[in-house]
Amino acid sequence: MKTKGIVTGIVSNLVTVKVDGPVAENEICYIDLQGVKMMAEVIKVNGDNASVQVFESTRGLKGGDTVEFEGRMLEIQLGPGLLSSVYDGLQNNLATMENVFLQRGEYTDPLDREKKWDFTPLAKAGDRVVAADWLGEVKEGWLPHKIMVPFSFEGEYTVKSVKEAGAYTVDTEIAVLENQQGEEVKVTMVQKWPVKVAIKGYKEKPRPNRIMETGVRVIDTLNPIAEGGTGFIPGPFGCGKTVLQHAIAKQGDADVIVMAACGERANEVVEIFTEFPELIDPHTGRHLMERTTIICNTSNMPVAAREASVYTAMTICEYYRAMGLKCLLLADSTSRWAQALREMSNRMEELPGADAFPVDLSSIISNFYSRAGMVVLNNGQTGAVTFIGTVSPAGGNLKEPVTESTKKAARCFYALEQNRADQKRYPAVGPLDSYSKYLEYPEIIEYLDKTVEKGWVNKVLKAKNIIRKGKESAEQINILGDDGVPMSYHVNFWKSELVDFVILQQDAFDAIDALCPIERQRFMLDMVLNICDKDYEFEDFEKCREFFKNLINELRQMNYSAYESEQFWAYNESVKKMIA
Amino acid sequence: MKKAYQKIYTKLEGITKATVSLRAPGVSNDELAVVAGRLAQVVRIKGDMVTLQIFSGTEGIPTNAEVTFLGEPPTLKVSDQLSGRFFDAYGHPIDGGPEIEGEERQIGGPSVNPYKRRQPSELIPTGIAGIDLNNTLVSGQKIPFFANPDQPYNQVMADVALRADVDKIILGGMGLSNDDYLFFRHSFEAAGALDKIICFINTTENPPVERLLVPDMALTAAEYFAVDKNEKVLVLLTDMTLYADALSIVSNRMDQIPSKDSMPGSLYSDLAKIYEKAVQLPTDGSITIIAVTTLNDGDITHAIPDNTGYITEGQLFLRADSDTGKVIIDPFRSLSRLKQRVQGKKTREDHSQVMNASVRLYADAQNAKTKLENGFDLSDYDHRCLDYAKDYARELLAIDVNISIEQMLDTAWKLFGKYFTPAETGIKQAFIDKYWVK
Repeated sequence: MKTKGIVTGIVSNLVTVKVDGPVAENEICYIDLQGVKMMAEVIKVNGDNASVQVFESTRGLKGGDTVEFEGRMLEIQLGPGLLSSVYDGLQNNLATMENVFLQRGEYTDPLDREKKWDFTPLAKAGDRVVAADWLGEVKEGWLPHKIMVPFSFEGEYTVKSVKEAGAYTVDTEIAVLENQQGEEVKVTMVQKWPVKVAIKGYKEKPRPNRIMETGVRVIDTLNPIAEGGTGFIPGPFGCGKTVLQHAIAKQGDADVIVMAACGERANEVVEIFTEFPELIDPHTGRHLMERTTIICNTSNMPVAAREASVYTAMTICEYYRAMGLKCLLLADSTSRWAQALREMSNRMEELPGADAFPVDLSSIISNFYSRAGMVVLNNGQTGAVTFIGTVSPAGGNLKEPVTESTKKAARCFYALEQNRADQKRYPAVGPLDSYSKYLEYPEIIEYLDKTVEKGWVNKVLKAKNIIRKGKESAEQINILGDDGVPMSYHVNFWKSELVDFVILQQDAFDAIDALCPIERQRFMLDMVLNICDKDYEFEDFEKCREFFKNLINELRQMNYSAYESEQFWAYNESVKKMIA
Repeated sequence: MKKAYQKIYTKLEGITKATVSLRAPGVSNDELAVVAGRLAQVVRIKGDMVTLQIFSGTEGIPTNAEVTFLGEPPTLKVSDQLSGRFFDAYGHPIDGGPEIEGEERQIGGPSVNPYKRRQPSELIPTGIAGIDLNNTLVSGQKIPFFANPDQPYNQVMADVALRADVDKIILGGMGLSNDDYLFFRHSFEAAGALDKIICFINTTENPPVERLLVPDMALTAAEYFAVDKNEKVLVLLTDMTLYADALSIVSNRMDQIPSKDSMPGSLYSDLAKIYEKAVQLPTDGSITIIAVTTLNDGDITHAIPDNTGYITEGQLFLRADSDTGKVIIDPFRSLSRLKQRVQGKKTREDHSQVMNASVRLYADAQNAKTKLENGFDLSDYDHRCLDYAKDYARELLAIDVNISIEQMLDTAWKLFGKYFTPAETGIKQAFIDKYWVK
C-alpha cells in the first residue's frame, strides 16, 4: 500500500507533508492540487514530517491538500528514441506538449510508443548473461543502439529466448531470461533507472588514454581533454562560455552528445534546436541533431527540476556508454544547479556553509564528476563519458565555493578571462591559468606522440612558455617604458602575441576558422614555433612591432583560408619570405 | 476577486515591518488578502499559521486588524482598453480614466515552453551606434542598461523605445522619481506615441514592497498583446536594482539566510522569472525587455548586476568619457549576445569584422593612454590610436548619435583609412579590397 500524507506547510516550492507510513529519502510523491498532480521529491524526513521539493509552482496549494508517495526514486526511461529528443529536467518530452505555456502537472511520454525499430538479436537461447550485457540492437539514426539486460538485474541469468529479427515497438517483449531461482523475467527495449544512482555494469574504469578532439586550438593543442575525461569552464558573464560550449558540442569527436541547459537562457536552447538539425557532424557527415539529446531546464522553469536535469543528462550518457559508445556531456551551468541546492537548503533553515551554500556542496559536485570516465565493458569493448561543465562564478571571482569545489573534481580547467574578452581575444581561455592534467599522463603523452607528432607535448609546453615569457616582458615594458628595456623584451613580447593571435584566438563565427582539425593544429603550431625559434634584430621597437604585426596578419589570413588551398600556400610562402 | 462568503480574522500573532502572521486554516499559497484595508499576499504557510507580505508596509497596523482572504493571487484585467493608460502597481488607473474592463488574468503566470519559441532574428535599429554597430538589439531579446545613478539612462531608454519599430511600449517604473515619471509621460506625449504606451508606475512616494508587483503586471499586459494579439511589444523596466532591494527587504523580514550582498539566495531565479518572459513567439508576436540596473560606482560584481548579467542577453554599459565629455556606450563592458543573429545577415557583410577591429583599436588607444599616464614616450602608432579614439568616441560611441547602420559602417571605414594601414586593422582581405577608404 502506498504511503499517503497531507500538506502542513508551504514556503515557495518547499512543502512539508505529514505522512501516515514509511517514506524514503529522494522518494517521489505527487501532490494533488484540485485534481492536478504535481511531482515532488523527498529531501528531508523528521519524524512524521517529510520535507519535499516540488517540481512545479506551488501557487494555490493549501494546508490539508493530499499527497501520495510512489515508493521509488526519480527515474527516467531508457530506450531507443532518446537521441534528437528535447526533454525537460524530468524527461518530459517538450516537443509533444501542445500548449505554448508550460502547464502544471503536464507530464509527457519521453519515448515514442508507436514507432517501430529494426531489431537484430545479438544473444541466443542458452547464453548466460548479467546486467548490461547486450541482447540485441536496433538502428537509432546511424548508431547501433544496444538492447541490454536491465541494469537493475542482479546475478546471472540464462537467456530462454530472443525475438527474431524484425520491426518492433519499444514495448515489445524482445527476450525472456531465467534467473538462478528458475523464475522467468521478460525484457522489452525500455528500462527504468533512478537518475541519482550511477549505472555500473562494466568490468573496470581505467585511466583515460586518448584525447577527444574538439577542433578548438586552445583546447586540443594547449589543454587537451581526454576521452572519458572531465573539465570545466568558469568565467564571468560575457566571456564566451556559451559560444565555446556550443563549438565543442558541434565539433566534439563523440558518438552521442547530451546537452544539459541547466538554469540558463531559453534563447540559447532555441539556438541549439534551431541550428543543430541544419548542421552536419564533421566526423560522420550526418545531421548533428541525430546524435544529440537536449535536456532543457531554463532559468524560468521550476528550480527543483534544475538539479534533476544534470542527473537525467548523466544517466542518459551512462546508458549509451554501456553500448560501447563515446558520449560527451555538456552542462551549462553547474552553478545554477548549486544555487538550486542553496535555495532549498535555505528554505529548510539548515546551517549554511560558505556564501550560504549547503555544507556538502563539495561532495555533491565531486560525486557527480566521478560518474564520467572511460570504461571497459563486460565484453571487452570500451565506452566513455566525457564531461565538461560550465561554472558561473559570482562577480567573476574564482574564489567562490562552486568554482573551488569543481576545481578539486575536474581534471581540465579552462579559465575564461574578463580582460581577454574585453579585448575581443576569443575564445577568452586564459593561456597561463588554464590547465589539462592529462598532459601529465604518460599514456596520453604516448598517444599524442603516435597520433600527432613525436615530442608533441614538449612543443605544447614550449608554446606555453613563450606566452609566459611574453607576459613577463610586457610587465617590464609597462614599468620601465618602451625605451627602458632591451630589444629582446620587445621580441619576447611580440613572439607571445604571435602565439596568442595565431594559435589561441579562433573565430567561432568564421566558416573555416571555427573548426581546426588536429592535423592543421599541428601544422600551425610547428610553423609558429619555427618562427619563434629564430633570433631577430631590429633597429628600434617600432620596427619590431611592425614586423610582427605584419607577420600576425599573414598568419591570421592563413587561418581564414581553407587548409592546403592555393590561398593557404600563398600566405605560407609570404610568411617564409618575411622571416627569411 | 471576491469570494461569496468571507471569513474575517481579527487576531494577528506577529507583525514585522513588511509582514504579519495569523492563524487561518485552509488558506492557499500566493493568495491575496486584505489587512486593515491594505493588500497583502500569502508567502508562507506553517500548519495553521500564515505569513502575509503587506505591500504598502505595516505601519500602524494593530494586532486586532481585520483580515480577509480573497482566494486568488494578484490579477490584472486585460483588453485593448489598456492602451494609452497609466496604472499603479496594483493595476488601478492613476490617470483619472475609467477602470479597465476585460479578462481577469493571474500575474506571474507560467513560462513559455522553450520548444515553442522561435529563434530571435529581427533587428531593432535605434540610431545609436554604440548599440546598433557594437551591440545590435534583436526583438525577443532581454538586455539591461548598467549605469551609475547620475547617468541619463532613462533618457536613453526613452529614445530607444520611441525609435524602435514596435506595436506597444509598456513601461514598468519601480521607485521612479516623480520627475522621471513625468519625463517619460511628456516624452511619450511629445512623440505622439501615447496610444501605444501602457505604464505601471511605482514612484519613490509609494511603499517599496509594492514594486514587487510592477514587473509581473507589465509582463502580463505584454503577454496579452504578444500572445493573444500577435503584436511586437517592448517592455521597459526601470530600475531593477530597486526591485531587488524590495526582494531583500521581504526575505530579511522572513528571517531567510541572506547570500551575497544581503540579497536572498533565490535572487537569480527571481530575476530570471521576469527576464525570461522576453520571447519571440512562433506567431509574429514578441516581447523584448530593456531594463535598467543602476550600479554602485560602476561595480558590476555586486549581486544584482552580477546575477542580471548571467540572465540577460548582454548589457549596455553607460560611461562618461573624459576625452569627449560625452556619455558613451562602453564598447568593452557592453555586449549583445544576440548580435550575431543579425550582424552581417540583416546588415552589411562587413559589420562584424568592422565592429571587432574598431573595438580592438580602441583598446590599443586605452593602452597608449596608460603609457601616457605613466609618463612614457608614445610611439607613432600610439599617437594615431589616441587620435582615432577621440573621433571614434565622438562620432560613434556617444549616445547622442543618430544615424543608419550603413552610415555607422562607413564612418568606421573612414576612421580606419584616416589613421591606420589595412594590416593594422587585421580585417579580412576581401573586405579591405572592397571598403577601404584611402
